[in-house]
Amino acid sequence: MSTGARLVEFVGALRERGIGVGPGETVDAAAAVDVLGLADRGQLREALAATVLRRSGQRAVFDAVFDLYFPAAVGRSEAASPPASTVEELREDLVRALAEGDEEALRALAASGVDAFGRYGSFGEAGQGGDGGSGGGGRGLSGWSAHQTLSAVRPDALLARVLAAMRQSSPGAGALGAALAEGEARARLATFREQVQAEARRRTAELRGRDRIARHAVPPQLDLVSFTSATREQLAQLRRTVRPLSRKLATRLAARRRRAGRGQIDLRRTVRRSLATGGVPLRPVLRRRRPGRPELVLLCDLSGSVAGFAQFTLLLMRALGDQFSKVRSFAFVGLTDEVTELVAAGEAEPDELATRILRTARLTRWGMSSDYGESLGTFIEGWPDAVGPRTSVLILGDARTNGADPNLAALRRIAERARHVHWLNPEPEALWGTGDSAALRYARIVPMHECRNARQLAQLVAELAP
Amino acid sequence: MEQPLFGSVDEVVERLAGAGYLASTAVATTVFLADRLGKPLLVEGPAGVGKTELARALAAATGSALVRLQCYEGIDESRALYEWNHAKQLLRITAARDEHWQDTRDDVFSEEFLLSRPLLTAIRNAEPTVLLIDETDKADVEMEGLLLEVLGDFQVTVPELGTITATRRPFVLLTSNATRELSEALKRRCLFLHLDFPEPELERDIVTLQVPGLDQRLTESLVRVVGALRGMDLRKAPSIAETVDWARTLLALGAEVLDEQVVHSTLGVLLKYQSDHRKAAAELRLDRVLGSATP
Repeated sequence: MSTGARLVEFVGALRERGIGVGPGETVDAAAAVDVLGLADRGQLREALAATVLRRSGQRAVFDAVFDLYFPAAVGRSEAASPPASTVEELREDLVRALAEGDEEALRALAASGVDAFGRYGSFGEAGQGGDGGSGGGGRGLSGWSAHQTLSAVRPDALLARVLAAMRQSSPGAGALGAALAEGEARARLATFREQVQAEARRRTAELRGRDRIARHAVPPQLDLVSFTSATREQLAQLRRTVRPLSRKLATRLAARRRRAGRGQIDLRRTVRRSLATGGVPLRPVLRRRRPGRPELVLLCDLSGSVAGFAQFTLLLMRALGDQFSKVRSFAFVGLTDEVTELVAAGEAEPDELATRILRTARLTRWGMSSDYGESLGTFIEGWPDAVGPRTSVLILGDARTNGADPNLAALRRIAERARHVHWLNPEPEALWGTGDSAALRYARIVPMHECRNARQLAQLVAELAP
Repeated sequence: MEQPLFGSVDEVVERLAGAGYLASTAVATTVFLADRLGKPLLVEGPAGVGKTELARALAAATGSALVRLQCYEGIDESRALYEWNHAKQLLRITAARDEHWQDTRDDVFSEEFLLSRPLLTAIRNAEPTVLLIDETDKADVEMEGLLLEVLGDFQVTVPELGTITATRRPFVLLTSNATRELSEALKRRCLFLHLDFPEPELERDIVTLQVPGLDQRLTESLVRVVGALRGMDLRKAPSIAETVDWARTLLALGAEVLDEQVVHSTLGVLLKYQSDHRKAAAELRLDRVLGSATP
């Protein structure tokens, strides 16, 4: 296959993962390849990244797809030799490599680990990897599994041994040294896990075709990860983006407010500026309008699968706090309780915010299934002064009532009293109103927006905020 | 097409190192491509990873003049491109009372009364130039439109004088802290480089280069501590500049080894928020030892 065709396929795979690459960029990439040649894989990777990517945060997806389309090896990796015979030997080597932080050795161990323990399914009589082109129908269920490799090697159970080895190599390090070593060991373990996954993807792609693996096995960009299906790790990564995201949003809001400043002429500043043009007021200065800063009330469903979404949004709005004169947060499962203080305290340690709220606040009478009708009712009765004519209310939840009464009257009362009410629903719009979802009935009273991932949330906040 | 500045990626690394800038593969490759393909280079990344420094080193390595345009909120054409010197024009008109209006008008709009701002300066310069457009994200969206025009064709039209085209294309470097998204149109015209905190090996070399007097083992553990701090979820992670500052501090204090006491007392050089301090002290277990030492 020519380099050009490979490049076009590569770009196509990137587009499928949500990285918009135009034909102009593809041409640039081809020009870059032309200038640099294909000799150095590291340079090729950077050259393609420079021409194809347009924003930070796309790099992880890019790297994974790059490894599939421009693999470092075909078939069994050269680096994988000598083959590990037993799990115990491999783990022995792994401890040494992790303690020394030798990335090359780790990669080699990942390769031989996948080779030795990751294979599953029937490879047929001649299917020894390598030339995957002439596949028979029986191959559909075979490949290399990162999960299987990792559960055979169990790298996480090695942490204590790695730390012991690190202590041995540098004796006399105090508590600080131990803390540093532990952090480094954990980071290296994560690297090893990623390397195993990448290697398994590469080997499987040879067997089943790159396009399919690129589509299914490469994790999506972080801001496109759906809130309801995000893993624990992805949610933790998302929380790390709260601060940069809030800064970006604040800049955007401030810029819009500035541009909206239209009105009377500010005489004093107009005269001052006219001095530069010999006393002729060529450019008048307009008086700035003082922006009204609304109060914000957040009403979040903290039950089960939507808790991750609520937690992220709570932290984001807290970080955006100086855009509003006051932010009050309420959480509910079966009942509503105020959690403003808990969210403020949770900013330092956001990891377990949802758990802490569930433990401390009184959110339910029994069970952990959400009851929207009862919750809206207790909110109106318990905090009648929370919603006023200057308040914007954001309700976060999937509107799944578990068969209970949706209590539309309560929502109507909130909508009457508040300045704006918006409902953010983490479920895809196609699922609204299916099963026990009262989304469509609520949507008739207040505007409801689909908000499945961080990107949609950022767009919505930018639109809805003052 | 004029002579490219660099012959190969390795040459970029070598010459930048000569100017005191240690470049990673990513930086060297992208700089090389920007030079060969004749495209502007957009560098994005957190504060203090050496974005502006890269431009300075490039200018030094290639013997070019560095023209810098610092962007800020409300920057406009007259600050970025050119401006007529109104005061001087008025003086000229008052001085030439009995001249013909025709002559005065032609004279007043001539080179002499044109104030050249960075973009025009860079375009008119016949010598090799590095044009640094710093903190592009701080400028308003309208400014990006102007940049598109200038960076697209490297020419500027002054209605009274005509079109000025670059005799020699400057090497253009835009930096951004990503406080807002730049427009797609501008990004499409640039090569993109995301500059992040360097690998430990590279950072060690940087510290050795900038603070040569520091003990090798101390440098090693210093870079490890900084790496650990960056792994935490802090409000502001320490930048390269702060690492170098810290190294200088340790050198000035004459520290022999990096133990809990030293780290705790000099952490202020690295971390600028009280909450970050507390978090780092807890995670690096500085408090426990200090607590047992004080009573």
